Amino acid sequence: MKQYLLSLASGILFSIGLVISGMINPQKVRGFLDLFGQWDFSLAFVMLGAIGFNFFAFKIITKKKPLCSNQHYLPTNTVIDKRLISGAILFGLGWGILGICPGPGIVNLVTLNPKALLFVFSMTGGMGLFKFMQKANIL
Amino acid sequence: MDSYLWPLVGGLSIGAATSLMLWGLGRITGISGIYSVTLDKPGKDHFWKYSFILGLVIGGLIMNRFVPGDFFNYSVEGSPLRVVIAGLLVGFGTRLGNGCTSGHGVCGLARQSKRSLVATLTFIASGMMVLAIERFAL
Repeated sequence: MKQYLLSLASGILFSIGLVISGMINPQKVRGFLDLFGQWDFSLAFVMLGAIGFNFFAFKIITKKKPLCSNQHYLPTNTVIDKRLISGAILFGLGWGILGICPGPGIVNLVTLNPKALLFVFSMTGGMGLFKFMQKANIL
Repeated sequence: MDSYLWPLVGGLSIGAATSLMLWGLGRITGISGIYSVTLDKPGKDHFWKYSFILGLVIGGLIMNRFVPGDFFNYSVEGSPLRVVIAGLLVGFGTRLGNGCTSGHGVCGLARQSKRSLVATLTFIASGMMVLAIERFAL
């Protein structure tokens, strides 16, 4: 039970961070990506805050076993391949086109804005398409 | 000053959230990966993912309904077709590349993962390219 409450708390804290940082605002995100226009680099401070915090915290945390688990589940894949790059390119295109990435997409659902709902619906479709293609051995 | 303070505070909150997840459950907080569980058969192994997603929604509701401020004062610009294309690309791309802004960006870079560094630089460059094309070519 404890692990689900911790996970819930993590989600709430993450969501609050996305809201107050401005990451949920598609115009702000597109402003950050508009390097050759009116570049608004304030969102770089979101990354700075989050990565800076984790850089130190992760080091301390991984020295001990997790509270509710016997091990850390850290990614072991270190291969830089076509899959990684092409996935990142496609994701970046979608991110640039609308200014919404997965976290803010989910948080934006609470506004019941039809376009926010349509985005998450389509994102789920994109993930489903990937799953289907992988199962069919197309990828 | 204000325009940098909020992003920084928000970023620290995101850092605290992902550190809490690693400390409590030993997991990396990759939102695209966690959310993709909605396409899998329900199971007890996935409960921590469901509660994280629920947390995201609850946090959004708290901020939207109970906290004053103009945080939600924005519009999603673009035709429904544009929204659909963006959604498909984000969904497909994050699964193919094994992560998004949270998993590769926030967690991967903090772990000094080369893979995540390449992914993050690539999706930021790719996003910037879209804006550059809109500005200069369209």
